[in-house]
Amino acid sequence: MRLKDKVAWITGAGAGIGRATALRFAKEGARLVLGDLDEAGLQETAAAVEASGGQAVAVAGDITRREAAERMAAAALERFGRLDILINNAGINRDGLAVKVKDGQVQRMGDDVWDSVLAVNLKGTFLCAQAAAVPMIQRGEGGRVVNTSSIGALGNIGQANYAASKAGVIGLTKTLALEWARFGITVNCIAPGATATRMTAGIPEKLMEGLLAKIPLRRLAQPEEIAEAHLFLASDAAAYITGQVLFVDGGISVGV
Amino acid sequence: MSEQVRERTEPAAAGLLQDKVALVTGASMGIGEAIALELAANGAHVAFTYRQHAAEAGAVAGRIEQRRRKALALQADVASFEEAQRVIQEVQGGLGRLDILINNAGMNWDAVLWKMTEEQWDRVISVDLKGTFNYLHAAAPVFKEQGSGKIVNVTSINGLRGKFGQSNYSAAKGGVIALTKTAARELGRYNVNVNAVAPGLIETPMVKQAPEQVREMALAEIVLGRLGTPEEVASVVTFLCSEAARHITGQVIQVDGGQYM
Repeated sequence: MRLKDKVAWITGAGAGIGRATALRFAKEGARLVLGDLDEAGLQETAAAVEASGGQAVAVAGDITRREAAERMAAAALERFGRLDILINNAGINRDGLAVKVKDGQVQRMGDDVWDSVLAVNLKGTFLCAQAAAVPMIQRGEGGRVVNTSSIGALGNIGQANYAASKAGVIGLTKTLALEWARFGITVNCIAPGATATRMTAGIPEKLMEGLLAKIPLRRLAQPEEIAEAHLFLASDAAAYITGQVLFVDGGISVGV
Repeated sequence: MSEQVRERTEPAAAGLLQDKVALVTGASMGIGEAIALELAANGAHVAFTYRQHAAEAGAVAGRIEQRRRKALALQADVASFEEAQRVIQEVQGGLGRLDILINNAGMNWDAVLWKMTEEQWDRVISVDLKGTFNYLHAAAPVFKEQGSGKIVNVTSINGLRGKFGQSNYSAAKGGVIALTKTAARELGRYNVNVNAVAPGLIETPMVKQAPEQVREMALAEIVLGRLGTPEEVASVVTFLCSEAARHITGQVIQVDGGQYM
């Protein structure tokens, strides 16, 4: 078991990639703190982890608030006495063109649409990383932080807010890697491509065909495949990797 | 080209790469040796090339066999296009198939631009860049035909950032990165993953020979504050060869302790 005795905190654990990662980590012996805004989804994941023989504590909360991030980190210490790994997975998208001019009508991406995506994807990632690092530094035995960027960071029509947030995560990752290396904490991020989750479920068939044609491996990622990348970066196999962005995208960032 | 085939019949514990057949170029020492041993420890049978160090190659083969995996040591200069074709055939003949190709063989021969000879340039490009092409070219039809395969090319952070005194090596390793991406594009539709690892300064025989001043300057750049080990590169290569990484292709994974961001 590759994460035996480790304690991992996974945000956005109520569905999709976060849930797949929770189940994968439990299989490798990790004890889990699961965070999400969606309480029902969170309970489902926790139940699935426990049904598989794992241990999980579920903490519902909004990671855009410092208090919620701190509460999730505290749960790891209270329940399991330590925190080794943070999987900063929670994220949202609210797509739309930055500016749309049609038939004399002008539409702009609203402040709220911009702010809410930046708040979850970038500030939430920052707050959780801060909350996780404090006990890791105090304990003095290092740790792992894995953030979530996206191929969206390279730019994507209709995702000004999402792209900016995910590019921001890369800068944040590199800076935290530099700041925390001295404490034995590695900080990396994964950048999933199109993955079969709720976020891509609504893509119309025609658009999906066009998307698949741009992926060298000709298919979407499954959440379990992203979970494997999380496991790799959280495991000893990645001990000498820090400050890096691991694209798990079937080659879409390279092109066909 | 000399050849050694040894076999044992005891079953091994199921590993991430159980019964896969891998070819690692340049595995008589250093990172290549660590990769060969790590692949074997994860269940793969391992063929590898070496150029000069027959005794060391024999020892590596012995250690693969200690892991109850088949070993096949082949003498070859990766710069030879013809030998690459022959090596691939001998691996298929000796070990029955080919699932994994690790293009690791490499060399450096440093000098500043104005002192670098044509021979220095040509030799490093021939080994590090053309050598990688030679084996990609020879293995691609095999992988294409069977509709599966894993390729990992060993490049260097100096192929991303350039390096004083290494115009030949940096250009070759940068070329390997572009080659990796192109191969990923061309072979993706055949379910073949092509990636690269880019080590920083790793404790290898090549690095142990470097002047103390060079090591110290490098150490100052590495945010984790220590050199990497060959095993820490090998564990990343193993991940990329496993089914866990089946959705990763065309990527360059730096294994450098944060030396270059």
